[in-house]
Amino acid sequence: MLKKIPSPAPALNVGKATKHDSADRHVRGNALYIDDIREPRGTLHLAPGYARESCGKIKSLDLDAVRSAPGVVAVLTASDIPGLNDCSPSFGGDPILADGRIEFHGQVVFAVVARSHLEARKAAKLAHIEVIAETPMVTAEDGLAREASVLPTYEFSRGSPEATIKASPLALSDSFRIGGQEHFYLEGQVSLAIPQDQGEILVHTSTQHPTEIQHLIAKMLKIRDAAVVCECRRMGGAFGGKESQAAQWACLAALASHVTGRPAKMRLDRDDDMIMTGKRHDFRCDWQAGFDETGKISAVEVDFLARCGCSADLSLGVNDRTMFHADNSYYYPENRITSHRIKTNTVSNTAFRGFGGPQGMVFSERMMDAIAIKLGLDPLDVRKTNFYGDSGRDITPFGMKVEDNILEELVGELEQTSDYRKRRQEIQAFNTRSPFLKKGLALNPLKFGISFTLKHLNQAGALVHVYTDGSVQVNHGGTEMGQGLYTKVAQVVAEEFGIDLENVQITATTTDKVPNTAPTAASSGTDLNGMAAKLAAETIKSRLIDLAAKLYQIEKSAISFANNHVQIGQQKIPFAELTQQAFLQRVSLSSTGYYATPNITWDRDSKSGRPFLYFAYGAACAEVTIDTLTGEMVIDRVDILHDVGKSLNPALDIGQIEGGFVQGMGWLTTEELVYDDQGRLRTHAPSTYKIPTASDLPDDFRVKLWDSPGNREDTIYRSKAVGEPPVMLATAVFSAITNAIASLKPGVLPQISAPATPENILAAVKLMKSGD
Amino acid sequence: MPTVSMTVNGKQVTADIAPNTLLVSFLRENLRLTGTHVGCDTSQCGACVIHINGESAKSCTMLALQADGAEVTTIEGLAKGNDLHPMQKAFQENHGLQCGFCTTGMIMSAVDLVKKHGKPDDATIRKGLEGNICRCTGYQNIVKSVKAAAQEMEG
Ligand code: FES
Ligand code: FES
Repeated sequence: MLKKIPSPAPALNVGKATKHDSADRHVRGNALYIDDIREPRGTLHLAPGYARESCGKIKSLDLDAVRSAPGVVAVLTASDIPGLNDCSPSFGGDPILADGRIEFHGQVVFAVVARSHLEARKAAKLAHIEVIAETPMVTAEDGLAREASVLPTYEFSRGSPEATIKASPLALSDSFRIGGQEHFYLEGQVSLAIPQDQGEILVHTSTQHPTEIQHLIAKMLKIRDAAVVCECRRMGGAFGGKESQAAQWACLAALASHVTGRPAKMRLDRDDDMIMTGKRHDFRCDWQAGFDETGKISAVEVDFLARCGCSADLSLGVNDRTMFHADNSYYYPENRITSHRIKTNTVSNTAFRGFGGPQGMVFSERMMDAIAIKLGLDPLDVRKTNFYGDSGRDITPFGMKVEDNILEELVGELEQTSDYRKRRQEIQAFNTRSPFLKKGLALNPLKFGISFTLKHLNQAGALVHVYTDGSVQVNHGGTEMGQGLYTKVAQVVAEEFGIDLENVQITATTTDKVPNTAPTAASSGTDLNGMAAKLAAETIKSRLIDLAAKLYQIEKSAISFANNHVQIGQQKIPFAELTQQAFLQRVSLSSTGYYATPNITWDRDSKSGRPFLYFAYGAACAEVTIDTLTGEMVIDRVDILHDVGKSLNPALDIGQIEGGFVQGMGWLTTEELVYDDQGRLRTHAPSTYKIPTASDLPDDFRVKLWDSPGNREDTIYRSKAVGEPPVMLATAVFSAITNAIASLKPGVLPQISAPATPENILAAVKLMKSGD
Repeated sequence: MPTVSMTVNGKQVTADIAPNTLLVSFLRENLRLTGTHVGCDTSQCGACVIHINGESAKSCTMLALQADGAEVTTIEGLAKGNDLHPMQKAFQENHGLQCGFCTTGMIMSAVDLVKKHGKPDDATIRKGLEGNICRCTGYQNIVKSVKAAAQEMEG
């Protein structure tokens, strides 16, 4: 039973398709990114230097030629760091500058500080680094063979799945791969450090986590957190790539300014950025499942072998989330879900929109496709058969009860609106008459848990100032990376005060206004910061109500805020008049707000409790055509129905869904990271790494928000988080491709790994034809 | 140091520059026109697109000297004071942007595209914007924006 959701009062600001707060500046080109900020006079520029090898002990480091190159002011090495030489977000192992040995190709050994960016880059090429090279572990198998891991194996289990699979009427086992993904935020990593009074430092940094960078810089320089300010007005995209891995470049800029006493900027060149920063984790996935003739699963066993790279970074949370979403929308009566966090001598993989969840779901969807193919059933029917259901079929592998399930209705609606059944028949007919072109269709569901699985990160702060002219300034710990967080939070504050959005000034995220924040990640930006800002606004509002009640001798309940005015009984005065009064009557017009997500109790050690406040749901139906002679693939049509609760801003939400889906589609179809046997990334530019462009869009792309009565949990205006889930809607494309290939030989599961590039599709097609 | 002169956004500029100065650096650093962005440095992402003598060009892989004597328009020169160009207006109204980093180059490319194709259909727009990467929007609203702007633009 769904909880009763109170119907909200008519809203003036929330729920409106307001444009992005910086839209005007973006189209004029005067929105400032870090590299656009006017540099203080004498600003120096950094460039990173690294060895040719991938792994081994540094025998000698000859930087003489670098030092004497034109324009060079300083060359930084590990010995220049006064404090801790580590920028890890978790368990260490991420030296800011390599000290003694290197662990992956592209690891920064030194940094040049020069008068110009170009001079720094040229000088960086002049170093002689001698490394006693060791054989690098490049693949997950390499790491496994040497029993190298960055973190212990972790497992969820229920029942005796192995025995149950054996006893099941039918069973399947399979192994396949899921590729990684480069973030390719359009604005590369960049930070500008400016020395202040008395050893204090201000760092403008393009990051999702200003607080963490503040702490890391303080530790590196051996100064107090309070002496470091980190600020970010906006990022030119981030997608997880600036959660932990913006830190190194900020630290280096800060170190350069500490050593030289001058402002210093580090902006990574694109190729360096792609080589030196971590990506989405790539996986090998080995699984087996037992099921009956209807496709109903009795038990599942899956081993996720994740290539984590050379350090732990955020791999704990990422891989945990893979496990949390290995069930996607399906009930596994018995299961064993095991995650191996393998160490390799490659760049440390990191957060990427979905944070491990997408890989878990690619697995569950491949399993559904495999079962359907084996049984000759429609894959959608197999999916539905396994959906979470009522009591007895509502407990996830991690013990949380699914209480807000809307899959049946949502998927049912999409099945209708996408004309799924009719198109299934048409496609079957098409495939029979078409010798070389084959079509595939898939309708995949999505259930994504919202909250940081690391409990303490589920908190946020905000600071709201009301000025006597009635204008309002809002600040919070969340960062803006294009998702529209600032816009949504401003809408919330405007709503509280009943004023127009234009009267709310949004300011840059900075650690000296709101301290001790969590990263803007896990899709939680609005849930957390919107709530904190609302609480701050409510505090001020209640002071204003008290004041008005006193001044006008009236019941508090007769006071309300709307249309830039305050209704006080029969009287109506401008909002700005009351704020004037407040100042004269010595009432504070400033407040902080603090929010900690309730009802989350996950305990990782005992594997019990509730990790998520709620789930976001959605579904996508994709139709593709493949050319079995060339492996080429086009996406003919995609229909999406997605649940954002009561939308705070439908335009922004739809933007997140479209953008997330296309990003997921790129990950699963064209974006292929290729490392050579020495662990060097060979695809370090968009010329060799294929990011979707406008011409890759589905020919027919229909996106709709699910008509929701609102989140059953008491979230900000009953909305739901939307940042990450849409990425996983793209599993429908992968499934549709599988479906198209499977049409070649009924009953046989195509051997296709992700990404399904034309090359991989062609190989899978050939395998089907060869009769293997 | 050689001297370069060009008209940028209607204003004559002349400067002594190192011969290897990229046009994008000249615009961003010498003229402080930072609306032209650098996304890839290698002619692939389109964040740096400007107009040279009315034609779109990627300014990251061009020397400033190559634009000597040319008529250059950057995003800052597209609006007439407070009046946005129809393409700018359309991107704003149709939510054709998120982080905004690709937006300026995208708009410059799109203006040229519409000039060349009149009222392009979806397929022409999608094809025509292949040289501009957007990592945020999924392009749907960008295509919508260009289509809407084409209706408003002359000829
Ligand atoms: S910066 Fe010029 S095309 Fe990318
Ligand atoms: S809006 Fe961010 S890259 Fe296009």
